Amino acid sequence: MALVRAIADVCPPAAQGKPLRTDDSSRAKKFERIFTPHLDAAYDYARWLTRDARNAEDVVQEACLRAFKFLDSFNGDSARAWLLAIVRNTYYTWYKRHQAEGVSVPYDEETMLANGADPSDLESGVGSIEQLLEQKDAKRLVNEALATLAEEFREVIVLRELEDLPYKEIAAIAGIPIGTVMSRLSRARKLLLQHLQRARLEN
Amino acid sequence: MDCTKTRGRIDAYLDQELDLPAVVALDEHLAACGACQGIYTERSALQAGIRRHATYYGAPQRLVDRIRASIGNAERPARISWQWPRLPQWTQLGAAVAASAVVSWMAALEYASPRALDLLTEDVISGHARSLVTQHLADVASSDQHTVKPWLSSRLDFSLPVTDLAPLGFPLLGGRVDYIGHRTVAALVYRHREHYIDVFVWPDREPGRVPLSGSESRQGYNVMRWTDGGLAFWAVSDLNAAEMKAFVEAYTSAKGS
Repeated sequence: MALVRAIADVCPPAAQGKPLRTDDSSRAKKFERIFTPHLDAAYDYARWLTRDARNAEDVVQEACLRAFKFLDSFNGDSARAWLLAIVRNTYYTWYKRHQAEGVSVPYDEETMLANGADPSDLESGVGSIEQLLEQKDAKRLVNEALATLAEEFREVIVLRELEDLPYKEIAAIAGIPIGTVMSRLSRARKLLLQHLQRARLEN
Repeated sequence: MDCTKTRGRIDAYLDQELDLPAVVALDEHLAACGACQGIYTERSALQAGIRRHATYYGAPQRLVDRIRASIGNAERPARISWQWPRLPQWTQLGAAVAASAVVSWMAALEYASPRALDLLTEDVISGHARSLVTQHLADVASSDQHTVKPWLSSRLDFSLPVTDLAPLGFPLLGGRVDYIGHRTVAALVYRHREHYIDVFVWPDREPGRVPLSGSESRQGYNVMRWTDGGLAFWAVSDLNAAEMKAFVEAYTSAKGS
């Protein structure tokens, strides 16, 4: 909520007493039609970025306000990619700034450091990962592994596997070249396998 | 295709981002190589596991309601923002913040960074990496400079020197047309041992936009650039810096036909 309050401070409701333009409701309708179908995607992405339900809501709400403000500049391409790019931008500007200012933001200390070991070097066997993912706590294991990934790796996995986006759209949303999308995805998968292997050995 | 190349492409294969010839080549290798097949099966199981088990957080209804309500409230400031000059300072600030967000988003669509040199470097590396990943090294595969040069000239609005550097240890493999920095460019492809080198060439129509020459190492690639006779040359490869320098020296000293 801190985020929404901060935005309200900068942009208080203005222009009292001005006549309403007739196309206002059609702009709202246009927004509803184009972007409401993608609110789940926006929230899921924000939720995995912030790793916190309330902060994710604030990020998505602010992102939607921005999207609405600039509705006329939406070129009709991929509404989902457009909205997700704004969600990401909102996250990095407002949310990060508030994090820096000391607003309490949950932070996962376990952010996994890339330590270079290739999971395929570990004594593994293909069956083991498949078996691990069949266990009844597979959901917890997968969510934990994803949450421990560093941000830049986590987001490409979320966009690729949960949103099923092609490399081109992931590159557009994250503002990185396609080559970087590829190398991050590959690295992220290695780290996830490593994490799951470790979890398997600890069991 | 060898194991190293296969492993570099396994993710793109899994994500169905490879073109058909690359898929066929990878299929063939996987059928013959148990170790690579094992890695593929593991990544594939991981992908299926994430898709099946990772939590997909749908937007809570209260959030959807809140957004609908705030869109209603936002109508007036949004409309007013077309009358900037008469507005108090803070409204302009808010609109400027939001505008910069959109501008940077649009920039992000194209490139990672707004600086011209940075953009071009990223573009050049991406172009090189893309050709390797998709195995699309050359449109015209020939070590004969008299085949490559006219092929490129007929497809571009400029002509460039093409020389086979095989005597100097860098055989010419061919050329292709690529797209760098919002224009079609020539790409000459050379090989040195197991490494590929792309030389991207285009007319330097904006002298001074980026420094005339220099080198950079990024993401494991070495990039060297120079200008000559009104053309910009950008060489990129995963060769080490010393070998890269040797290549560029060979290339520039052997100015060909």
